[in-house]
Amino acid sequence: MKFERYGIGIAKGLTVTIRHMFRHPVTTQYPEQRLNISRRTRGNELVWDSNNCTGCATCAKTCPQGVIQVVTAARIDENKYEVEKFEVDTGYCISCGLCVEACPFDALFMGYAYERAKYRRSELVQTNEMLLPSEERRRSAYMHPELADGLPRQTLLLERNTEE
Amino acid sequence: MITSPGLNLEQYRQILPPDWPGGFWWHWLVFTIIIIVFVLLLVMGYIWLERRGMGRMQARLGPNRLGPFGLLQPVADAIKVLIKEDLVPTNADKIVHLLAPIVAFTPTLMIFAVVPFQNGALLADLNIGILYVVAISSVSTVGVFMAGWGSNNKYSLLGAMRNVAAVVSYEIPLVLSIIGVVLIAGSLSLNQIVLAQDIPFILLQPLGFLLFFIAGCAEINRSPFDLMEADSELVAGFHTEYSGMKFALFYLVEYAEALAIASIITTLFLGGWRGPLLPPWLWFVIKVIIVFFVMVWTRTTLPRVRIDQLMALAWKFLLPLALINLLITGIQVLAWPDALPWGVIFLNFAIAVVLVLLWSKLFKLGWGRVEV
Repeated sequence: MKFERYGIGIAKGLTVTIRHMFRHPVTTQYPEQRLNISRRTRGNELVWDSNNCTGCATCAKTCPQGVIQVVTAARIDENKYEVEKFEVDTGYCISCGLCVEACPFDALFMGYAYERAKYRRSELVQTNEMLLPSEERRRSAYMHPELADGLPRQTLLLERNTEE
Repeated sequence: MITSPGLNLEQYRQILPPDWPGGFWWHWLVFTIIIIVFVLLLVMGYIWLERRGMGRMQARLGPNRLGPFGLLQPVADAIKVLIKEDLVPTNADKIVHLLAPIVAFTPTLMIFAVVPFQNGALLADLNIGILYVVAISSVSTVGVFMAGWGSNNKYSLLGAMRNVAAVVSYEIPLVLSIIGVVLIAGSLSLNQIVLAQDIPFILLQPLGFLLFFIAGCAEINRSPFDLMEADSELVAGFHTEYSGMKFALFYLVEYAEALAIASIITTLFLGGWRGPLLPPWLWFVIKVIIVFFVMVWTRTTLPRVRIDQLMALAWKFLLPLALINLLITGIQVLAWPDALPWGVIFLNFAIAVVLVLLWSKLFKLGWGRVEV
């Protein structure tokens, strides 16, 4: 005898909703709280290491959007090219990570900052120093297994919020 | 002043209840203000309760930015909607379009004229109180239909037609389940019905309460019966073309109707203002809020029904059960007027469970198909 047809289903549903009422809500109150991001996230912003970069512009060639612009100058005395300008228009960037995969000198990384919104469109065009790694712009281990070894073993979904 | 042809003013004064202070107009003024304040305050409380309660049941927080616990959110909503531009469609029937929200709102407010807040504390102790409620609450349907017609929009008209169809269908089980209460109480006056409830009638009339609750929810188009204004699927049904203050009035009507149904359920089934310790009016407000909470609870739980399911529920489920409930109540009132209350309570609960199970077994939908 199936009781779902006799209103028991409604009673079950009512208990489910009332139980949800007394559990902790899942909402994250963004400016006061923020989600803990796993260190193993791929991330979707670009971090540039100026020490390793040779200015070969492989990244610029591989970029499907063509938003990376590399300007180099020849340094005859040191027998190498110097990168004068490394510019990414992040407004057009689709975060595909092809540049990171293509870079032969480990100079590009994906990074995961929490707040990447800008007030003006012009601020989206990021040049040299803005792209360097820092405390806020940490490198993720995407396509860099040597970085992945040093990361803590954690899942992508951390359940805890951080209060500010 | 209301005078019938045979009465002069002095004779009219004599038929008024003696405890009315300072005559009719003072009474009228005081209670009109009380009713309007009561309705507006509780509607705001309801909106807050619904949004917060629904949020928590869906594991969200609900509005929590304005004031403590988001208590000022309804005020902010009201201010927002008041300063919006009032748009009227070019081809709309302007007068009907303008009058519709007023026609919908006024009867809803008028229902509270006969709802007792305490013993005898009501605007007019009509001896046909519940009949008046049934009659006047149907008038706001005219406002809904005017809104659908006046907007000159086929979707508004469709929504209004469905709304009218639903309200007319659910009126019948609603009234039939009221009659059971009236039979036990022996009076149509709401104050007398409350005075007759030494035991709340929900215990004597469990089936009647269930039917009245379902039919009431459908009557005021609350979820799960809100398919004609389904705010998550359609724009708004009959008030698609409304904006600004007129839209605010329709929004107010929705919650004022919920408040009215909750007040009537409280008065008819839950013992109205009666209760120990606390002052009577506080008991009334508490019970009204509890009934509304149950409405929010069912709204969160149940998915929306289709139009054929809506009609089938009214005509194949609620109507027969309401008739049987009426028959059983009539027999009980006639045969054992002084029966042991606890025996009758047990019997009625058993009858309600058996009938609901039996009718669930018999209840079949046409699955929306017609064989030709």
